[in-house]
Amino acid sequence: MVNIKRSPIVDTGEAVGIVAAQSLGEPGTQMTMRTFHYAGVAEHVPLGLPRLIEIVDARRDISKSLMDIYLTKEYSKDKKKVEKIAKGIEQLTLGKVAKIVEDFENKSIRIIVDVKYLESRNLTFRELVKKISKFLNGSARVRTKSGKYILITAKTSYVQLRKMSMKLKSLHLFGIKGLSKATVAKDDASKEYFIRVGGSNISELKKMEEIDFSRLYTNSIRDIEKHFGIEAARSAIVKEIKQVMDLQGLAVDVRHVMLIADAMCSRGYVEPVGRHGLSGKKESILARAAFEETIKHLVNASIKGEEDKLNGVTENIIIGQTIKLGTGKVKLVMR
Amino acid sequence: MSKSKQTRSQSKRVVVYLNGIYLGFHDNGDELVKSILEKRSIRELTPNLNISYNKKTGEVHLNTTGGRLRRPYIVVKNGKPLLTEEHLEKLKSGEITWDDLVAEGVIDYLDSEEEDSLSYIAMDESELTSDHTHLEINPASITGAIVSTIPYPDHNSSPRLTMAASMMKQSLGLYAVNFNYRLDSRAHILFYPQVPLVQSASYSALNYDKRPAGQNFVVAVMSYYGYNMSDAVVVNKNSVERALSRSVFYKTYETEERRYPGGQKDKLMVPNPNIMGYREEELYRNLDEDGIIMPEVEVKPRDVLIGKVSPPRFMEEVATFGITEEKRRENSVTAKGGDYATVDSVMLTESLAGNKLVKVKLRSLKVPEVGDKFASRHGQKGVISYIAPQEDLPFTKSGVVPDLIINPHAIPSRMTAGHILEMLGGKASALDGEYVDSTMFSGTPEDELRAVLKKYGFEEGGEEVLYDGITGEKYKATIFIGVIYYQRLHHLVSNKMHVRSRGPVQLLTHQPTEGKAREGGLRFGEMERDCLIGYGASQLIKDRLLEESDKTIVRVCADCGSLGVYDYSKRREYCPICKGTRMDEIEMSYAFKLLLDEIKSLNVFPRLRTGDKR
Repeated sequence: MVNIKRSPIVDTGEAVGIVAAQSLGEPGTQMTMRTFHYAGVAEHVPLGLPRLIEIVDARRDISKSLMDIYLTKEYSKDKKKVEKIAKGIEQLTLGKVAKIVEDFENKSIRIIVDVKYLESRNLTFRELVKKISKFLNGSARVRTKSGKYILITAKTSYVQLRKMSMKLKSLHLFGIKGLSKATVAKDDASKEYFIRVGGSNISELKKMEEIDFSRLYTNSIRDIEKHFGIEAARSAIVKEIKQVMDLQGLAVDVRHVMLIADAMCSRGYVEPVGRHGLSGKKESILARAAFEETIKHLVNASIKGEEDKLNGVTENIIIGQTIKLGTGKVKLVMR
Repeated sequence: MSKSKQTRSQSKRVVVYLNGIYLGFHDNGDELVKSILEKRSIRELTPNLNISYNKKTGEVHLNTTGGRLRRPYIVVKNGKPLLTEEHLEKLKSGEITWDDLVAEGVIDYLDSEEEDSLSYIAMDESELTSDHTHLEINPASITGAIVSTIPYPDHNSSPRLTMAASMMKQSLGLYAVNFNYRLDSRAHILFYPQVPLVQSASYSALNYDKRPAGQNFVVAVMSYYGYNMSDAVVVNKNSVERALSRSVFYKTYETEERRYPGGQKDKLMVPNPNIMGYREEELYRNLDEDGIIMPEVEVKPRDVLIGKVSPPRFMEEVATFGITEEKRRENSVTAKGGDYATVDSVMLTESLAGNKLVKVKLRSLKVPEVGDKFASRHGQKGVISYIAPQEDLPFTKSGVVPDLIINPHAIPSRMTAGHILEMLGGKASALDGEYVDSTMFSGTPEDELRAVLKKYGFEEGGEEVLYDGITGEKYKATIFIGVIYYQRLHHLVSNKMHVRSRGPVQLLTHQPTEGKAREGGLRFGEMERDCLIGYGASQLIKDRLLEESDKTIVRVCADCGSLGVYDYSKRREYCPICKGTRMDEIEMSYAFKLLLDEIKSLNVFPRLRTGDKR
């Protein structure tokens, strides 16, 4: 284990970048738009090319994030306990637990509440009313009718009324913000139950002691970077890209994926490949100009008086020299 | 709320739209539709009208616009078609026409909406009930003219039908009987077109039997050493010498004696050697006194067909020298690359503008050769890979040798069972001398074809014992062999072959030109470049992208790094920016020199720092 063999190390001057790009790009052309689903989550999770682009672009708002939440040993073996926690995690808004009816004639909003359900979640009707009035912050009159429904009257325009009702619908009541559709699944390997939930909110989950934080996983690379650091983010990039390729049945050597992940994390933070990332921050002016936004790079370089050191591949091809790779890396020396 | 919804869906009140535009309401949709249909059936309303009724949404759509796809059907009343024997006889004798049938209300044209909502169409007369409104004239009419010529299309997969239809358009045949008098810019004529042995009912209607575009080949389905892998085909050399799929290719060049502003004009003549741009004398050898080539002369690429001299392009040239006649430029029409041909005919006439117009038609014989493309009528195309001598080809016990050998792997994955059936049909037809009908849904069934083969003492499945032509040994397997119609497609290698070692370059970039017509090279593109980087073949990249492309030597000022100039009259090099004379000769691609120029045009001054190679 400790003794690293020299044999798997590539030769000096090997074009690992190009080979990695080709190794990922070629199967990428065959990638279908076919989509599979994660078991248990009804919503569509992007896979294949769209997901690959998402990872490589290091998007902050990925189109569908997911979390796998593992619990500590006390809970994880008992399906019922896990289910209870899962139910508690899921975010419930007012719109989900109550019926909100707009009455434009009287400029009012009626909220019909299932009191029994509220009480089962340890929230009394009174507390709910308090919460709503706090939320509206005096912008409307809040009244209760026969302990069953809440009547809100406001002397505003119809547009404002509609906006108010939309806001009320998304009023956070239970669970953790941003998490939805919690399902309990069984890990076949460790024979324990875990929670798979849509959305990503690590900072809130951190506070829960039932959760085994060391095994928490999300497919949002930016979240991993924020809470676990750059090394974790690098591993996550590798894992996510590998998963995309495997799901499509495409065999790509991990080392190519690792190289890309390394490149994306090389500055200590995750940055995208492409115009705003790796390609756009290359050292050489000519290489940047050859990629995108030619004039911008040339003019900016002239303002700063930049010099092209001609160390890369692209710039040497442009000026018509041998590239400093492979056979161009070595030189004959007279003895 | 739910109650009102119910009543609305139950009511017969409908919204009526005419050509998609709201027209109004009607209280009873059923009645409205019924009366409109009745009025149309007695032609009180135009037969161009189509109607659709959606009971769920309560909408009636009336359409009368153009651009809708409509198909004709025989009208059915009380389970009886309105088209009678009497009509058919009158049609045959020419007493009435199709239009009369439509006007009479015997034939209705339906669009897709009406087909889906208000009609009940019987495929066959035998299945008619009193509920039917229309009767299909012939189920085979679901296809267009070209697909209808595919034999047994109901046995093929649909993508193959599409491909077969598009390949039939590329087949060589007898496209016009007056081809000898026509001057099409390019034309192919097949020497011995044959009527297909297996044909559908539409052939006579389309006059395909009068202008066929293919020949009936004896085809064996087997492998022939390695020669027919991946859709390649092996052709019998003796068949080719017996003019199998032989064709002639005509190509027409033309030019005109144009008049230019200023009273000058072109002149058709044998150009004088002192003229601007005079070609080698050898190239003018075929021209007659009038500067035009003669019929039946053999020409090679670059040979002049029509000698022409034109006035200079710019007037200044005239002004500086004062002599107009001497400074005229060569503007002849020459045979292009690959044109080894004979002059077929020369035509002299006048253009619309009243100028002298000459057309020269070249003719070249195109004997099938390795690389030419062939296809059956089932989307099964292939390229000749080997022309085998007849004695090397397999033969049957009766001594039949195939004209063509296709690979069995071409069949199963493409599901062109029609191809097999046609081979069987062609064989049966060749035996009993009757054409085989292969019309969609009603073609001669396989059983009958098998019976014919059996009757003439052949294996009814079409398989025969074959003997290897080279060893004389019997093949262990029986080989499926039959007669099938094959077309020669107009993709001939002799018209496409192109090579370049050195040649013309582009004016702007000094890079090689592109395309066969400009004697161009093949692009070594970005992805090809990436591959060489991946291999680390840096010398090879430099060779492809610099040495073999647009390498130039540029003088760079050693002091200021700008591009220098060489003054030929003073034999001195200097820098136009800093007036320095220390220069380095740098090799770079012309494209990079161009880039430097363009950067300068951005008001950015690029400096090149030169030094010895490290």
